[in-house]
Amino acid sequence: MKKFIELTSTAVPLPIENVDTDQIIPARFLKATTREGFGDNLFCDWRYDANRQEKPDFVLNNPTYSGKILVGGKNFGCGSSREHAAWAIQDYGFDVVVSSFFADIFKGNALNNGLLPIQVSDAFLQNIFTEVARNPATQINVNLEAQTITLLSTGDQATFEINPYKKSCLLNGYDDIDFILNQREAVAAYEASQAG
Amino acid sequence: MGKTLVEKIWDAHVVKSDAGFPDILYIDTHFIHEVTSPQAFDGLRKRGLPVFRPKQTVATADHNVPTLHQDQPIKEELSRYQVDMLTKNCAEFGVELYGLGHPFQGIVHVIGPELGITLPGSTIVCGDSHTSTHGAFGCIAFGIGTSQVEQVLATQCLLQQRPKTMKIEVNGQLAAGVTAKDIILYIISKISAAGGTGYFIEYAGSTIESLSMEARMTICNMSIEMGARGGLIAPDQITFDYVKGREFAPKGEQWDAALEKWSKLYSDEDAAFDEVLTFDAADIEPMITYGTNPGMGMGISGHIPSRESQPLSEQPSFEKALDYMGIEADAPLLGKEIDYVFIGSCTNSRIEDLRQVAEFVYGKQKSPKVTAWIVPGSKQVEQQAIEEGLDKVFEAAGFQLREPGCSACLGMNEDKIPAGKYCVSTSNRNFEGRQGPNSRTFLASPLTAAAAAITGHITDVRAMMKENAYV
Repeated sequence: MKKFIELTSTAVPLPIENVDTDQIIPARFLKATTREGFGDNLFCDWRYDANRQEKPDFVLNNPTYSGKILVGGKNFGCGSSREHAAWAIQDYGFDVVVSSFFADIFKGNALNNGLLPIQVSDAFLQNIFTEVARNPATQINVNLEAQTITLLSTGDQATFEINPYKKSCLLNGYDDIDFILNQREAVAAYEASQAG
Repeated sequence: MGKTLVEKIWDAHVVKSDAGFPDILYIDTHFIHEVTSPQAFDGLRKRGLPVFRPKQTVATADHNVPTLHQDQPIKEELSRYQVDMLTKNCAEFGVELYGLGHPFQGIVHVIGPELGITLPGSTIVCGDSHTSTHGAFGCIAFGIGTSQVEQVLATQCLLQQRPKTMKIEVNGQLAAGVTAKDIILYIISKISAAGGTGYFIEYAGSTIESLSMEARMTICNMSIEMGARGGLIAPDQITFDYVKGREFAPKGEQWDAALEKWSKLYSDEDAAFDEVLTFDAADIEPMITYGTNPGMGMGISGHIPSRESQPLSEQPSFEKALDYMGIEADAPLLGKEIDYVFIGSCTNSRIEDLRQVAEFVYGKQKSPKVTAWIVPGSKQVEQQAIEEGLDKVFEAAGFQLREPGCSACLGMNEDKIPAGKYCVSTSNRNFEGRQGPNSRTFLASPLTAAAAAITGHITDVRAMMKENAYV
């Protein structure tokens, strides 16, 4: 898995609530059998019209905004369990998603791919939206070790929660399979206890 | 202090629990399908690992299959490739596959229960968020991503944080024309599309206890639509009667032993839930959604909320949803003309759903401007419908009975609702473009969907049932 340690980048604001995984990557693009290439269709129906022309009012088509941090509204990633949503966001070039609330499955999928979901308060989220709108060149620092997210233009900082195990996975690039494979004896013991 | 049902099942499946780490949870049954498994099998190949417990893994093709001419090769190249890939992977890794043409093929959450693979007290996962359906049997069942599919294939375990627990009680008698789908759409409309996030929900109360297994599955199915990982119902005689005698259910002495174990699957009276909500069945009318998430629902006789009734921060999203749907705040939905009706999906494609629709549409004729599709949940449901003569009833009423699959619920195959068109759908999601780019979805029960197909507009099924009674 891809490591994540620290990042300083500009951000792309998407101040919409309940961004579901069907918006992130519509079902008709789930026919691929590899993990790569989903970024081309990230937010496809918001990003392109029926003739695959870019819709100029969508933020990914606005050259003013760019960066490795996607900032979304409340309940980001709700809906389907498709991990393709996390792959699409990462494949497009984002390493961090910030929201005031994440849907469970999306959050897990993101963490399993080295895409860092950062949950902040509603107020801090608004703060980011305001600051990025005021100055799209605003740099944001994300430090996983310290669990902080900082608006470098104002110095505003928030801390974020992350499960300590998941944190160490991200910092070291380990995944859950590596972890469980090391626990084979415990699994065998459990199965034996059930068979009895 | 006693334990909740979720805690009992969870504790019985913990392989290891270390402070500071998620629990290692043992998975009894793993369902896989063509869309979320290919990258997981690839991962196994890269690591040089086999499927650890192939006999606890069951595969079917459902998300990406056509619902006409299933006896012929799939025309669409990418879909065919993906379905072929599942066949290849299952053969290589020794996993049982109920693929196209197999008498057990169907939507993964329909076939598990009907084959007796879904059993009370077990842990069940699948790379699909509606895995919560299996909770109707008193299971811990939840959807996972593809990395976790790989993890379960490799180890038969998952690393999981112990969830919070919520009890939702529904008590009292449902009115005529009000069904399980209306109960769950009502609950979601009350607690929002995110209200259950972080919880496993136990549904209880006299209304829930009176429901058939099919109806209970409809309820548990949509737990994810309020953000909950899973929902479950304590198994009882209705559960045991449903499971008994099914293809893979325990038989003979094993059945007796299983029943003994299953009879202990309930939340203790002194168990503490993190949250308890109570609803009265008498308050529930046929429901319909108006917006672009399942929380945006209302009683069918109601009006769409006003912009001002929404919290300030949510008003832009609310307006975006109404704009997408082409409807106005404060307006009623009754009488709104529609173009398509889709009866199917893992929420409402079981034999009971089809019987209910057949009974209602018998002797009636669909509106000529509506296209009405009925997509059974499985080959077995399709077969049973034909044996009971339901296909003739549907045909006479102008409804098309197709072959099993997920179909227009997510529009991965060719069953798409065209741009701008309105569909009353018995599925579970009304997200933008869910049923096809720029399609517009109203979620409702099979009865409400059938009524709309007949009249050509959104209709209160209760009024039509009264008419029937006078005939």
